[in-house]
Amino acid sequence: MTAIASLRRVGFPRLVVHLSVLLICILWLIPTLGILVTSFREPQQIASSGWWTAMTGSSQTAAVRLADGAAARQEGANYVVSGTVFEAGQAGKIQSFGTKVTAPSEFPVGQPADLGDGESLTVQPDGTYTYTKNAPFEAGRGKRVYLTVTTPPAFTTSNYQTVLASQGIGQAFVNSLTVAIPSTIIPVLIAAFAAYALSWMEFRGKALILAMVVGLMVVPLQMSLIPLLKMYNDVGALFGVPSRSYAGVWLAHAAFGMPLAIYLLRNYIAGLPKEIIESARVDGASDFEIFVKIVLPLSFPALASFAIFQFLWTWNDLLVAMVFLGTGREQLVLTGALNALLGSQGGKWEILTASAFITIIVPIAVFFALQRYLVRGLLSGSVKGG
Amino acid sequence: MVSQLVSSLGVVIAGVFFCALYYWLSDKLLQLALPVRDGDPRAASLALNRRAAVRPWLFLGPALLLLVVYLVYPVVATFILSFYDRSGTTFVGAANYVWAINDAQFRQSIFNNLMWLAVVPAACTFFGLVIAVMTDRIWWGNIAKSLIFMPMAISFVGASVIWKFIYEYRGGKEAQIGLLNAIVQFFGGDPQVWISMPFWNNFFLMAILIWIQTGFAMVILSAALRGIPEETVEAAVIDGANGWQIFWKIMVPQIWGTIAVVWTTITILVLKVFDIVLTMTNGQWDTMVLANLMFDWMFRGGGDSGRSAVIALVIMAAVTPIMIWNIRQANQQSGGH
Repeated sequence: MTAIASLRRVGFPRLVVHLSVLLICILWLIPTLGILVTSFREPQQIASSGWWTAMTGSSQTAAVRLADGAAARQEGANYVVSGTVFEAGQAGKIQSFGTKVTAPSEFPVGQPADLGDGESLTVQPDGTYTYTKNAPFEAGRGKRVYLTVTTPPAFTTSNYQTVLASQGIGQAFVNSLTVAIPSTIIPVLIAAFAAYALSWMEFRGKALILAMVVGLMVVPLQMSLIPLLKMYNDVGALFGVPSRSYAGVWLAHAAFGMPLAIYLLRNYIAGLPKEIIESARVDGASDFEIFVKIVLPLSFPALASFAIFQFLWTWNDLLVAMVFLGTGREQLVLTGALNALLGSQGGKWEILTASAFITIIVPIAVFFALQRYLVRGLLSGSVKGG
Repeated sequence: MVSQLVSSLGVVIAGVFFCALYYWLSDKLLQLALPVRDGDPRAASLALNRRAAVRPWLFLGPALLLLVVYLVYPVVATFILSFYDRSGTTFVGAANYVWAINDAQFRQSIFNNLMWLAVVPAACTFFGLVIAVMTDRIWWGNIAKSLIFMPMAISFVGASVIWKFIYEYRGGKEAQIGLLNAIVQFFGGDPQVWISMPFWNNFFLMAILIWIQTGFAMVILSAALRGIPEETVEAAVIDGANGWQIFWKIMVPQIWGTIAVVWTTITILVLKVFDIVLTMTNGQWDTMVLANLMFDWMFRGGGDSGRSAVIALVIMAAVTPIMIWNIRQANQQSGGH
């Protein structure tokens, strides 16, 4: 039994805990749910009603005219006008109807309503109606009828088509992948070699390098930006290449992730069983062989932990991409494109929500698929010895 | 687009290949340069020792190169640039520092950053701790944790769009489509333009970071809580302590170390907060923070490297105590090995 389980016996009533956690979960989920639902709604509906009403559909009062009395046909003693209140292409469900503007929902649907003067009107929920009179109708304009119509919730994927094709989100998605994949894999390899050297090799200055790595973990990115931007410009001018390139971003991301990578991997690799490595050394294996054949396969969980961190960080990064890749439409990564849309498409929530959802779907998928490794990485990075 | 993806994959493969080639080739070269010949045991052992002395640096080389070029050198260069003019060519002494002290926007940023520092780490740690305790007591706790942890995967820009939609304001008689204003209206209040209410708008921005970071605090504190020896809590139960007392007097004191780690990690993050302010307000309506002001001066009017260097140094100075504390902690740990 854990400490928590002991606490359970004296703590609050269980129901209170269940309800509180449920409330917190809803509170935490609602913001994301809001943009997900909104991204699938019609632009008109987004602007006219809150996303939380999306499932119920909207109810409104409409005024229509029935067909002209001249179109009536005779059935026995009665004259009948029939048809549908909807125009072509319209749909909905009629809740009630009325003939006076002061009482627009006077009569229920599906039953004949007595309008006086020998007239009676029946409106079905699907919009078809039968208007009967025991004498010929006067020719002229049709009768005015008020309807309470509920339109069903309408969902569409057209917002996604719009942003992918014409708002540059498709291109930005590819750019984000182009930045994130190399920026994730290359530092893992470089850091793993360094971590091995710091764990299983003896040399002078090891403690100093370890201290430096720990120190550099918290150095704010902001400290690096100005000199690096100058350096990139100089290098670009010297070799006649553009100073803003993917290679520059890859190296920057690799370097900025390096302290955490070395720290996490070193914690893990230093904890591998000493016997395995010693016996491999006795068998005459070189450090290079030990690393490639023994340490690398055994460290897979730690490599995966860091790779997930680095992927999330590079995919979600805005600052490094803006500074080192530029803000031109062709170079924007997803976060940059979303930031640009916030400026240019301010109130168009159908575009903003669909774009936002595209930017967050990849990291969320990675998160749920590999959460185990992520948690493990977090814990080894911060709780060790705590 | 497809060709861009293919070339990106090509870079990954080539990059991994060249990295591997470097380590393999340098190892081979080392063996060639320091050959071990049979017959002369003293020379052989000397060569082996030399190899052992060089090899760590071959392994460390690329990593150290990146660290020095991208982190160590820039720290020094930024410090030097802070004494130079906007283009980094003329020495101006402390002029940039004097400017900063007298600049209203800079002081505003310092004030706002202090508010962020006072609110966000405390709120995240508190919520994280409370949620960790509660979720550990119910059978679906892991699902709940997953959901609360999820925002951590969302970018600050994505989170800003999500929350901007919640804070959305519609003027006149239009229906409020922002959740916050709809709730306010439901309870009879007047809808507000939350983002442009000076002072209070800072808290609406902080809510975003708290939403993102509480999951982080929760995960780490939850692991620490599970590591508490049960005897301590058992003893308190026998002594008749109630749940509240056990939590605050028995459990929390035992995880102070972890709370400190969570607090400092979020503190560093708060000092660097940039994306949220840029996308929500870009510093308008008195919401400017240091990281955003620094970015602003990097490019404003062609860029002013001196002034932005000063602002970067202020951020650096703020994280330095945490950095020193971290290094001392790490040294103690490795000393105890």
